Amino acid sequence: MHQIDLDLTLDRISKIEGSASLELRVRGGIVEHVHFKTTEFKRFFTKAMVGKSIIAIPQHLARICGTCSNAHILCSIESCEKAMGIVPTEQTMLLRILTVYGLIIRDHALHLYLFALPDVFNKDAFLDFDENDEQEHQLLHDGFEVKSAGNFLATLVAGRSVHGMYPTIGGFTHFPDQKGIDEAIEKLENIRPAVKRIIKIFKDSQFHFDRKTNFMALLPKNNKYGFGFLEGTIVSNKGEAIEEKNYRDHLEHVVLPYSMASAYKHEDESYMVGALARINLAKNMLHPETIKSIKNVYDIFPSTDIYHNNLAQAIEILHAVDDSIEILSHTKFNPEPIIKKPYKTSVGIGVIEAPRGTLYHKVELGADGVVTGGEIVVPTGQNQINIEEDIYTLVNSLLPKASKDEIADEIEKLIRAYDPCMSCASHFLKVDWDEA
Amino acid sequence: MSNIVKNKSKNTKPTHEKIKIGWFTFSCSEDNTMVMLEILNDHWQEWKKIFDFRNVHVLKRKTKFDEFDIAFIEGAIASEEHAKKLRDIRKISKKLVAVGSCAVVGMPAGQRNTFSDKQKDEIGFLLHRFASLPKVLKVSEVVKVDASVPGCPMNPDTFLSVVNGLVEEFKK
Repeated sequence: MHQIDLDLTLDRISKIEGSASLELRVRGGIVEHVHFKTTEFKRFFTKAMVGKSIIAIPQHLARICGTCSNAHILCSIESCEKAMGIVPTEQTMLLRILTVYGLIIRDHALHLYLFALPDVFNKDAFLDFDENDEQEHQLLHDGFEVKSAGNFLATLVAGRSVHGMYPTIGGFTHFPDQKGIDEAIEKLENIRPAVKRIIKIFKDSQFHFDRKTNFMALLPKNNKYGFGFLEGTIVSNKGEAIEEKNYRDHLEHVVLPYSMASAYKHEDESYMVGALARINLAKNMLHPETIKSIKNVYDIFPSTDIYHNNLAQAIEILHAVDDSIEILSHTKFNPEPIIKKPYKTSVGIGVIEAPRGTLYHKVELGADGVVTGGEIVVPTGQNQINIEEDIYTLVNSLLPKASKDEIADEIEKLIRAYDPCMSCASHFLKVDWDEA
Repeated sequence: MSNIVKNKSKNTKPTHEKIKIGWFTFSCSEDNTMVMLEILNDHWQEWKKIFDFRNVHVLKRKTKFDEFDIAFIEGAIASEEHAKKLRDIRKISKKLVAVGSCAVVGMPAGQRNTFSDKQKDEIGFLLHRFASLPKVLKVSEVVKVDASVPGCPMNPDTFLSVVNGLVEEFKK
């Protein structure tokens, strides 16, 4: 038996969103602890929302995260509308799902091409890809073209891909024109071959790490607004179905004294949220054109291989492309007034699927329209313990043969497959589930 | 009038071929990183030729911390560790550019500066646990800033104008 003692510190994990570090301690050949730390400093958004007018809340909370800002806007809007008793129009819901799709295309492409793909090609950076190599040249152009199409869609519908200005409580303040819609359709149709190429690359990738775990996602009761990104029921792989308003019942808050972020368990077990969870739980709800195009990967799911999160993200880009083309091709968008309702003392809960998984916003409102409290639970907080448990298993499987550098490389690759977002994870004071 | 704020400072012509770039993030949402990555969609071929992305964690793992022609600073300064890192960056950078509201004016990352005494009491234990500064600082409160790109997120055209201006300076 090899009695290995090892201390490994990764000060700044690269090619992820935000700032995270990792501490690993091995004694006698066995992993003693793994601390995956959010090192972003807290900016106290949930504390700062108290005392603000509810009208200001979605844009305030968008500043939690530049990457996921439009997801925070939509989730916050939902919580505010629930508190105010506002039911959005059909057109508003379509514009919101298009906002999500712009974000999904942009954000997943950023992760897959710029963060994950260099690992597959044994490169340090996407920009290191060789333009004289046919495949690498193609991928360089694909990556920026796909990202750009998502950015265009988000800008057309939401005003910006980062901190979009058009979505608001009760509707939208601006509506896409036909010229922009036609251009968006053309761009989306043009990137479809590129998306199919990236699906094939992650299908053929030789990276695998399989550990049985649990999955959770917001899934639609029907297929009306695309794959449940905006509404539905919180579903787990164990067959549980939790209504959005009861979300607090299934999240157990775990304090991590070494991290700026909070973590969560469900029934005392870790679980995973994100693209892999969504595809595992609802692949049959993908757009029909998407399903037709992924026949050779469809049966891979459900999967507990974390690296299939990359494949699932690639599939979701295709779904977002196909559903966006259908919506944009068959909808005439007309200006609509913003729906307004009188303020009342109330609580509103918003739940959406952000690119990295289920996002929860809660707002407590006074009769004067001023916010009295709020809570937010982000996907990376929910994946935190699952990530740490995976690293335990991974490192124990690599010891005693792997070198320190090899272990560090494998850990970074594994963390990257989760596509964590550390800016989101460090936004708040704390969520005292136990005190509720 | 453009909202670009540029201080006059002596330029030193780099002796290498590519302009050495550092991109550093402190306390913020990283929205400017996202905007920069969106700008990259249209400029990656040009930037790949002229820039050495020497220390950009969002793009690469192998980074160098030795010298920068241009260091972009995103985010506000929330701890002494942040302040020390920023001072170290300043020492080895010919030009330092603050990008985005948190870097330029310290907000919204520094919103705890405006909290009531009661709110400050409630968050005090966390500030202590993670060795936070009593007050979040904008970048110019810690080091000299050569140019600023305000906005939340920064405006892409303003950013490009600053970048192109600096590139022209380095070409001279």
